[in-house]
Amino acid sequence: MSVFNVFNIAGSALTAQSARLNAVASNLANADSVAGSNGQPYRAKQVVFAANPVGAEGGQGVRVTQVVESAAPLRMHYEPGSPFANEQGYVAMPNVNPVEEMVNMISASRSYQTNAEVMNTAKTLLLKTLAIGQ
Amino acid sequence: MINRIDQELSFSQTALNLRAYRQELLASNIANADTPNYKARDIDFKAALEGALGKGQSGALALVQTSERHLPAAGSNRFGAAVQYRSEEQSNVDGNTVSMDVERAAFAENAIQMEAMLTFINGRFKTLNSAIQP
Repeated sequence: MSVFNVFNIAGSALTAQSARLNAVASNLANADSVAGSNGQPYRAKQVVFAANPVGAEGGQGVRVTQVVESAAPLRMHYEPGSPFANEQGYVAMPNVNPVEEMVNMISASRSYQTNAEVMNTAKTLLLKTLAIGQ
Repeated sequence: MINRIDQELSFSQTALNLRAYRQELLASNIANADTPNYKARDIDFKAALEGALGKGQSGALALVQTSERHLPAAGSNRFGAAVQYRSEEQSNVDGNTVSMDVERAAFAENAIQMEAMLTFINGRFKTLNSAIQP
């Protein structure tokens, strides 16, 4: 029955959107991390979505194919007293853009809500189908 | 008699299956609202139903598979419905053609139609039931 596939499709979208929300949380939390685990400043992470076939009849779910690091230049902050400053007195700060991240967060949360609603509708329809003839 | 009951319900069953299939396609579109290069898809319900009932042309052109090892035709499904790409409302930079309001409206409409079909089937069962009451 195709309606069961709706659960798989909406479920894959929920997983993908929560991965995106995860990346946003990580970026915002590390917006001021000068040195990451590898000694380099933190770089903003972005998830890449791709359509993924679900079932045999052309339903398409979503999956996260990879997490890429933003190629935007690092923010240079003038702070000569810092131990991380270079010869000119600049400290390389993460390339996280808080505005972009907030927009991403709202978009991810709206998409998550919509897909949760899709799941609810599918559930109602299936329960109604089960009640046929009663 | 059983044959008659079967005939009575076959139209509703076909329509319901097709509605469930359309629900799956619309859920795919909503799930992939943020996937780059995803193209929104839908079926023409009227043509698909006519094809599934063997009246129209769309069912007649389905690819015949005479061996298990034959690959199915692109976009083929058990209803012989032609899956089509939706024409774009507003173009997107990332090549995605999902328009959320159109998809959500279609999803809600399809859910209501499906519920209506379930109500009709229920009514038909009630009629049959009262006919066989002594």
